[in-house]
Amino acid sequence: MVTKLIILLVIVLGIIAAAQLMRLYELSSKMRKTGEHDITNRDNRLNAGLMLTFMIALFLGFIWLMLKYGWTGRGEAASVHGHELDWLLNVNYVIVLAVFFLTNFLLFWFAFKYVKKPGVPAFYFPHDNKLEMVWTVIPAIVLAVIIIFGLRSWNNVTAAAADDAIIVELFSKQFDWTARYSGEDNKLGKFDYKLTEDAKNELALMTTESIQMAIDSMESGVKGISKLELQLNDRTIMLTPEDRAAKTKDLGNKEKLIRLLYQMKMKHNSSLDAQAWDDFIVRDTLYLCKDQPYEFNFRSKDVLHSAFFPHFRAQMNTVPGTTTRFKFTPDLTTADMRISRGVEDFDYVLYCNKICGGSHYKMKMIIVVLEKEAYDKWAALKMNGRKAADGSWDAEPATFGHTFHKVAEEAPVEDTPEDEQESTSEELDALVPEGDKV
Amino acid sequence: MAAVAHDAHGHDDHGHHEESFVSKYIFSQDHKMISKQFLMTAVFMGVVAMLLSILFRIQLAWPGESSDFLSFFLGDQWAPGGVLSEDMYLGLVTIHGTIMVFFLLTGGLSGTFSNLLIPYQIGARDMASGFLNMLSYWFFFISSGLMFVSLFIETGPAMAGWTIYPPLSALPQAISGSGLGMTLWLASMTIFIASSLIGSLNYIVTVLNLRTKGMHMTRLPLTIWTFFVTAILGVLSFPVLLSAALLLMMDRLAGTSFFLSDIIVQGEMLTNHGGSPILYQHLFWFLGHPEVYIVLLPALGLSSEVISTNSRKPIFGYRAMIGSILAIGFLSFIVWAHHMFVTGMNPFLGSVFVFTTLLIAIPSAVKVFNYITTLWKGSIIFTPAMLFAIGLVSTFITGGVTGIILADAALDITTHDTYFVVAHFHVVMGLSAVFGMFAGVYHWFPKMYGKMMNKKLGYIHFWITIVGAYGVFFPMHFVGLAGAPRRYYDYTVLGENDIDSFNQIMDLNVIITVFAIMAALGQLIFLFNFFYSIFRGPKTVQNPWKSTTLEWTTPIEHIHGNWPGELPTVHRWPYDYSKPGSDVDFIPQTVPLAPGEEEH
Repeated sequence: MVTKLIILLVIVLGIIAAAQLMRLYELSSKMRKTGEHDITNRDNRLNAGLMLTFMIALFLGFIWLMLKYGWTGRGEAASVHGHELDWLLNVNYVIVLAVFFLTNFLLFWFAFKYVKKPGVPAFYFPHDNKLEMVWTVIPAIVLAVIIIFGLRSWNNVTAAAADDAIIVELFSKQFDWTARYSGEDNKLGKFDYKLTEDAKNELALMTTESIQMAIDSMESGVKGISKLELQLNDRTIMLTPEDRAAKTKDLGNKEKLIRLLYQMKMKHNSSLDAQAWDDFIVRDTLYLCKDQPYEFNFRSKDVLHSAFFPHFRAQMNTVPGTTTRFKFTPDLTTADMRISRGVEDFDYVLYCNKICGGSHYKMKMIIVVLEKEAYDKWAALKMNGRKAADGSWDAEPATFGHTFHKVAEEAPVEDTPEDEQESTSEELDALVPEGDKV
Repeated sequence: MAAVAHDAHGHDDHGHHEESFVSKYIFSQDHKMISKQFLMTAVFMGVVAMLLSILFRIQLAWPGESSDFLSFFLGDQWAPGGVLSEDMYLGLVTIHGTIMVFFLLTGGLSGTFSNLLIPYQIGARDMASGFLNMLSYWFFFISSGLMFVSLFIETGPAMAGWTIYPPLSALPQAISGSGLGMTLWLASMTIFIASSLIGSLNYIVTVLNLRTKGMHMTRLPLTIWTFFVTAILGVLSFPVLLSAALLLMMDRLAGTSFFLSDIIVQGEMLTNHGGSPILYQHLFWFLGHPEVYIVLLPALGLSSEVISTNSRKPIFGYRAMIGSILAIGFLSFIVWAHHMFVTGMNPFLGSVFVFTTLLIAIPSAVKVFNYITTLWKGSIIFTPAMLFAIGLVSTFITGGVTGIILADAALDITTHDTYFVVAHFHVVMGLSAVFGMFAGVYHWFPKMYGKMMNKKLGYIHFWITIVGAYGVFFPMHFVGLAGAPRRYYDYTVLGENDIDSFNQIMDLNVIITVFAIMAALGQLIFLFNFFYSIFRGPKTVQNPWKSTTLEWTTPIEHIHGNWPGELPTVHRWPYDYSKPGSDVDFIPQTVPLAPGEEEH
């Protein structure tokens, strides 16, 4: 309290002192018979000089930043289209720099040079059609070039993915990412958010079993309809009004949802179940294969997120209720990048780049790009780990949610020899960041 | 003499009005008083928003370190142990953006100077409707109050960013600020939009109908042209934001599904289905992009006037300037989706928006070159207003050119929502508009208060501000290019995996914060100068800057109806500075053309 009073006192005294100084200044300017609207030659020259000084400082500051952080200030791209975009950025950057330096120079130079000089009148120059035509047409031409190059790249980047692209789903929620690989058939199984079961079917995959499971749990689960009805109708249970309102609302919602689930069950085509069975899910780390095209499908469970891969020059929003897509082909492995950057523990990262809640900034996923050989071993491990000896898929929805580490631990593999599998794990381990190791 | 004026205006009293304190200072219908009210409210809101930015800049530069400054302002709830909380960080960012964009640079800038200058410069006694004008201010006041109050409620202010994208803004379960804070935000903005619409309609009607004799549209000062086009933009675009706000309110309160579909939040399965959050973004940016020009155009208009007056030269290419203003105004309506290149919308649609967006660079370039040519061979007088106007042209260039990179959809993929964007729009829209506003305040302060501001303090203020401003936003481009997403509470998370980018970001973040604090302290000089001069400043002369426009022909003391006696008649355009054949270097608009004199 005392410190606050002292701070207040200092501020008040400061203002009073400043006001007194102002009185002094005003008295002296009265004696010199100049008003605040009379700008003296001294004022003009001072500010003109500062204009020039400021321009030089601005330019030097910018050049210093460019030297220090290497031209555009971003590291090497790690995807095929990323190199193209970096080239495009360089083209734009050169144009932008030229305009920036030239026009700022003219502005500050003229401000410096044409400061008022006693006896020199200003030049009356209201317009000049030729000049104006010049600086309408030249920017138009430059912009046409920028537009043509830009749209060419845009069309490349947004074109449909190649036929051999591996399809991977990235599922976002507050505040983490989950990846679902499309598995052996390269087709992602269908999903519907109403099938979400936190422990057993977090990605809400749609199979005959998962629909039935959702119906059962909504009807007779711990927070199911029958439990809610029981609680609301049992006169021996005391509920606070808020509790009652919440439960009534919950019940209303669930009654709506259960109707939709039954409709879903009726319409469901069980022949599509297999598309979901071979999908495998990983958390924490997204493994990609060098030079392999990928098509990412993005989903969101709750709010908007944005999948931002700065090193791969890729980004796409994830939108609840809609699937969005982006494709790219990584062309530098994590190991390559560690060598080229000279940083031993460098990792590619997937960030969230759309404000999504308090811990938005923590929402990330490590990406590891492997050589084809290592990647294939890993993928085989993931897929084979889920296949029974007779070649049928494990249809229990409970298996959704395996992570790579769990599979490696359980090692229930029959068609992979023991030693080979271990070596795979070691290779992978080398690429997994310290904190992520099992 | 006064009686004639007042009779024409429907009053029957003489000289001093028998106005009560309330009708003169509070519920005033006089454009000059309303202009001052707007300015005062804007200054207050501006100081608040600037303080918020300093609070979160401290967290960004020194994450997790305890600061007495933070605990002083935020207390234990939002800064436990002197460390800013994650949620409040987003709250500060959101309210900083909202206040700066809407309350300072839309309400404050247009409200102050459209009100002050439209009647003065077109030669009208007042706005077309004094009552609506008063209503416009009081709506603005109420909405400012609501927005300010939302900072002090228990669940915190809105925290979804100034664009309040649903579903985050629609679901109180997702973040605490989406509860009462968001309700207050929406209520405040709804009232703000009403204020803006009432004001804009009034401006349009006044400019079209109340111009004095001889004031053709092609003799209007560029300030009036920009206010006029700005008002049209506002009338056409703000209702769309109003619809977005109302639909969002319905989603929040009435269980509709305009923007919500298939959502599970905090374990709760919602029944909303079929809506689209992207629809909200289209509605928001249909206002949001014209809004950029609603903010920018008045600043460009004010600086046109200031640059021409203080170069003692006519503004170069007057008609090209009007053409550019109209072109920018038109194009601003067909570029909105360039904010949405990575929402997954149809790539062809993206191509169209790349094209229209880059077209805007042409009229913008014309304006810049015309400003520079106006300076060429001028006789420049460095008033504080002139310094800020030149600063505006510089930031308009610097921020404008990075827009070329962002408008390129392919490059936007890598820069979208990074600090590169933050740097871009702060320089081109924030700084330019703030500089324009400062230029306006320094230039028209004598007209508003009949006093002069201190020029020396003005100089110090300008040089600190421009050094601070460039010091903040120049390095920020490099933070963005290093891949720093915006609205991150703590960038140390980047250091765990990518130490190079992290070092670049953290070093620069410290530099940025130091410059931000310096620039903020510089504004104290302005505040002192401003308030001191209102009360104790030396008296002004009638036409301190030797300007040609009509407002300087009015008496220094404010009188109801602006001109004693008849309204002035206009005989020439407003830029007759240093015209050959004239003895003085400026010819006011009211002076008839000499025999044989060409207009321009």
